Amino acid sequence: MSDFETVAASENQAARRGPSGEPGTPNQVGQPRKPRSLTGDAWRDLRRKPIFWISLILVLLVTAMAAVPGLFTSNNPTDCALSRQHAAPSGGAIFGYDFQGCDTYARAVYGARASLLVGALSALLTGAIALLVGMLAGYFGGWVDAVLSRVIDVVLGIPLLLAAIVLLKRVGSDSATVRVGAVIFVLAVLGWTTAARVVRSSVITAREQDYVAAARMLGAGDGRIMWRHILPNALAPAIVVLTIALGSFIAAEATLSFLGIGLQEPTISWGIDINNGRVHMRESATPLVVPSAFLALTVLAFIMLGDAIRDAFDPKLR
Amino acid sequence: MSQNAVRPTPASPTPPGGHLLEVRDLHVEFRTSEGVARVINGVSYHLDPGETLAVLGESGSGKSVTAQAVMGILDTPPAHISSGAILYSGQDLLTLPEAQRRQVRGKEIAMIFQDALSALNPVFPVGWQIGETLRQRLGMSRADARRRSVELMDLVQIPAAAKRLGDHPHQFSGGMRQRVMIAMALAMEPKVLIADEPTTALDVTVQAQIMDLLADLRRDLDMAMILITHDLGVVADVADRIAVMYAGRIVEHADVRSLYRAPAHPYTKGLLNSIPRLDQRGGKLATIRGLPPNLMRIPSGCPFHPRCPYAQQVCVDVVPHDLVLGDGRTSACHFAQEVRDDRAS
Repeated sequence: MSDFETVAASENQAARRGPSGEPGTPNQVGQPRKPRSLTGDAWRDLRRKPIFWISLILVLLVTAMAAVPGLFTSNNPTDCALSRQHAAPSGGAIFGYDFQGCDTYARAVYGARASLLVGALSALLTGAIALLVGMLAGYFGGWVDAVLSRVIDVVLGIPLLLAAIVLLKRVGSDSATVRVGAVIFVLAVLGWTTAARVVRSSVITAREQDYVAAARMLGAGDGRIMWRHILPNALAPAIVVLTIALGSFIAAEATLSFLGIGLQEPTISWGIDINNGRVHMRESATPLVVPSAFLALTVLAFIMLGDAIRDAFDPKLR
Repeated sequence: MSQNAVRPTPASPTPPGGHLLEVRDLHVEFRTSEGVARVINGVSYHLDPGETLAVLGESGSGKSVTAQAVMGILDTPPAHISSGAILYSGQDLLTLPEAQRRQVRGKEIAMIFQDALSALNPVFPVGWQIGETLRQRLGMSRADARRRSVELMDLVQIPAAAKRLGDHPHQFSGGMRQRVMIAMALAMEPKVLIADEPTTALDVTVQAQIMDLLADLRRDLDMAMILITHDLGVVADVADRIAVMYAGRIVEHADVRSLYRAPAHPYTKGLLNSIPRLDQRGGKLATIRGLPPNLMRIPSGCPFHPRCPYAQQVCVDVVPHDLVLGDGRTSACHFAQEVRDDRAS
């Protein structure tokens, strides 16, 4: 009974929402109803999913932290005093103080910026490389594919951490910007292969579809077919891989910083703090747990968000 | 006529202005790792303005591959056009540079695919897809392309066209999707429309509607149409001429009425006999025994001989020419006349 009423109510709402969508005025040229776009459909899908809202809120929270850390804490993360070493929570320092006597919470908040910047920019750069390589390899096939696929194999064979250590050791400058840039560059250059393979395989699938033949039948050229017909259809898996990669890049940045070759103090990053916290874990665990939890939640949020968006944007799942 | 019957002729007579579209002795092979499959072995047909040619044959007979070769959308490799010519208004499309070839596609010759759902891009609204060609090729503005898209959707009788412009392909029914596909193909007002099994993926009732629509559009827009199908029932009302394909060859070519009245090739005869009839109750349906040949190992002589009730030794040894039976009728059978005159079976 109540189900029926809900359905009826939502139908009424739908009818009210579309003012020009009345039957009986079928062929009014120039006055079409607002089209139901793919984005619109995806949005209708997404807003019913709790996972989407939870991950979105977390992502927005972290992004806000990165943009305006002052909103979240009034303490200065570099205002450290050994007198407060491992002191209990007090005032704004809700998680207490670390070995150096810095506010653990404030440092975690300020650490978001470096981590997110590295994660997002590496993912973007990775995406650009992967789309280019995957598209060319998948679309043209033949020797282009053979060469690019072997390049992918070779890069994939390089151990990420080892190569990152070798490459980052060569960065002489200690300037924070240079180091952030170097970490982004290294992560993207070593990390684009998985995404490129995914793009390549989905391009191959899309290329074989009839709508590509139909576009060609209507006289579209290679560029147009790649850009307009294949890319949008091959993008969904790439977006998922990239959101997941964004999470793992943040983790990789933390790893590199943890190993002492990524970002360096005085830059504040979760990796550096996790490293510092680890050393004094036995005296106080919070300086280790707090940045680790921030890192884990951020990575998880991006991965969940990627997954939810993928589901919503894939017309084949409808 | 009996003297006529044994004289092999290369092609049917060409009118002074030339045919609108002519496929001449086309050979296509697929080069795969398992070997070379000879998919098209010397297909010739022609199409004049305003005409409907039906190309009939079972799966793998090469009817779609011929159409794709005409359209220039064969995947090469593995496909390889080894010889032949495809003349459009006297110009060989196969020797045309790709850039000029593209100008022909869609504008002069357009094609409708079998499965409209997969032939429409799932991520774009149908209005965008119909309009895309107009914007790209004719440089229309968005608004103009939109208006024209609505006109085209009206033309193919999609109800409430203006309202459905923004809908995605998955929101349409099968028949409506095929109409969208037809609207896309008609966007550039082509002179030749190739319909590759346009009704195969549809319900029987919808099939009839789509065939009627295609016939009406062909007449109203004065196009020529190549209708590719394996359904003899579909062809009878719509086509002017029929070309029956088997193992990459045209085995019989005739106008609809004479072909239905007296098929001159055993394969055509077998096809016509296997149509279920209302007056034939309880009995077993007639079939053509055997399977279509493996195109990597096409039988010697006449490729149909292993399945043919008329087969003699000569059919195993000698490849039959196209025998002209008058009225532009041809049949690639050593016993074409006997088959045609044999009304009994």
